[in-house]
Amino acid sequence: MSIEAHGIRKKFGAYTALDGVDLNVPQGKLVALLGPSGSGKTTLLRIIAGLEFPDPGSGRVLFHGEDVTDVPAGKRRVGFVFQHYALFKHMSVFENVAFGLRVRKRSHRPTNASIAERAHRLLELVQLDGLAGRYPSQLSGGERQRVALARALAVEPKVLLLDEPFGALDARVRKDLRRWLRRFHDEIQLTTIFVTHDQEEALEIADEVVIMNKAHVEQVGTPQQVYDKPASPFVYQFLGNVNVLRAPALAGSLRRGLRPDEPAPDGQIFVRPHDIEVTPHDAGGSGLSAIVRHIHAAGPQARLLVEQVQTREHVEVEISRSELTDLNLRVNDLIRLRLRQTHSFDEDYAI
Amino acid sequence: MASPRDSRSILPGFGLSLGFTLAYLGLIVLVPLSAAFIRTAGMSWHDFVVAVASPRVIAAYRLSFGASLAAGFVNMVFGLVVAWVLVRYSFPGKRIVDALVDLPFALPTAVAGIALTSLYSPHGWIGRWLVPLGFKVAFTWTGVFVALTFIGLPFVVRTVQPVLQELEPEIEEASSTLGASRIQTVTRILLPELMPSLLTGFALAFARALGEYGSVVFISGNMPMKTEIVPLLIITKLEQYDYRGATAIAVVMLVSSFVLLLLINLLQKWSRRYHAI
Repeated sequence: MSIEAHGIRKKFGAYTALDGVDLNVPQGKLVALLGPSGSGKTTLLRIIAGLEFPDPGSGRVLFHGEDVTDVPAGKRRVGFVFQHYALFKHMSVFENVAFGLRVRKRSHRPTNASIAERAHRLLELVQLDGLAGRYPSQLSGGERQRVALARALAVEPKVLLLDEPFGALDARVRKDLRRWLRRFHDEIQLTTIFVTHDQEEALEIADEVVIMNKAHVEQVGTPQQVYDKPASPFVYQFLGNVNVLRAPALAGSLRRGLRPDEPAPDGQIFVRPHDIEVTPHDAGGSGLSAIVRHIHAAGPQARLLVEQVQTREHVEVEISRSELTDLNLRVNDLIRLRLRQTHSFDEDYAI
Repeated sequence: MASPRDSRSILPGFGLSLGFTLAYLGLIVLVPLSAAFIRTAGMSWHDFVVAVASPRVIAAYRLSFGASLAAGFVNMVFGLVVAWVLVRYSFPGKRIVDALVDLPFALPTAVAGIALTSLYSPHGWIGRWLVPLGFKVAFTWTGVFVALTFIGLPFVVRTVQPVLQELEPEIEEASSTLGASRIQTVTRILLPELMPSLLTGFALAFARALGEYGSVVFISGNMPMKTEIVPLLIITKLEQYDYRGATAIAVVMLVSSFVLLLLINLLQKWSRRYHAI
């Protein structure tokens, strides 16, 4: 089922959480709401779920074209998974999953046998069938989150909403679980929105990423689109490491390297650490002169912290380990930097 | 089973603190209580039965246990309501209401008894209106019950309040997204989560009511066979220099309250069985 939101506004007292936000999630997609904390992403998700309501008269939420703005959460058929699981502690795993079916009106309630069958099938789906009799306090974080997912799916939701689903887990489990979620989504094909502040997570598993900042949507697109063509400095900086250089620093020696539509001299230039090429200084040619200040070589890539000779600005550079070996760099060596790809936003477009 | 010596604990002082705990409990609780048992042990079986099972004493047991249990139940229900209101809503004067809850703790019980009696006596502010309707409170079973309810209220409120505060709102939200009605959320999610603390509050209020003396003697009228509570009966026996009779009744009270509290504890353990490991 597709989800649309139009012109959603939400204030909490004097604080504006959402300021006229639009969202369009096509049927069957896995969409990430990505943003720093306080950007309004969780509030938007909660409004879609019906746990929060937009300010009166401000906007509409549509499920499959049907207005559900005033429909309470219990009637929207949404599966909601909370960051801290919100499992019912006094119920076994099985009873947690069965809860949504047990509370149905008698006329709609499945028989005990079919409730049991469905709960076990769901627990199998999340690979926890052996733990049906345990209580939540006996499970690990990752297991609890999968119970929460099975519980949400038990009511056969038309939409799955996940609020920072992996936020409370440690890094390793988090990575496993997010890949699992992607495969799981491919299997069940349920329209899914998940909230995250982790750009790596969003870019890795989402079909589409909605980047939010300060109560607004900054950009919507596929992971590749938003990474390669960021619409604003915020998006550019949020999606990965970045160096911000003042344009005057690029005057002279580097100008040749830039396209003719280069920014105004007082503007800023954005460049990712891996888009900088390092050459030895005495090899000549164009480029910014810089001094190596720190070499961090543990990991798949070597990271250099260098200082521009002209402006004393610090720049982070990422090169491969073999390049590092070839260049034979040491701290305090003089090098030249060439920028392969840069962005500037002075006129609201990317170079 | 491994002995504490085998499994080393990183928390030091186990031996010392356990020793202190046992010595302290022994001095403060066990020695006075065992004195009652030792006194009673000097009685012949026949004397004991006469002392603890005469009709007047049986009537007093019935009143004390009955009124205390009833007061405990009422406090469990209304204490929960008060705690709920104090935790979930904000309203002007909330802090004052919150402080009022503790008043029955602080007030000398005799003051409470006199205040209640003057309110509910046939000429009192409340009694004046109730008596013509056929409700006699002062000097009846109801009066005892009212006094015991008054002194027991803070126990339930103060045990439930922190637990209620700690409950994550997400649990209720999860319940509602799963399609549960508000009533289903309360009965299936909230009450089971609160049950252990409700039982603790009940046990405390009940135990307090059982031993209560000061506030009850004024409002009950102390008529033998009708409105005489067990603690009063014990005092009466003491005043008549019947020390053995008094301690015999005390022993019966002790044993039966211990058994009751133990049962409540077991119930509580069962109600938090999900707190595994």
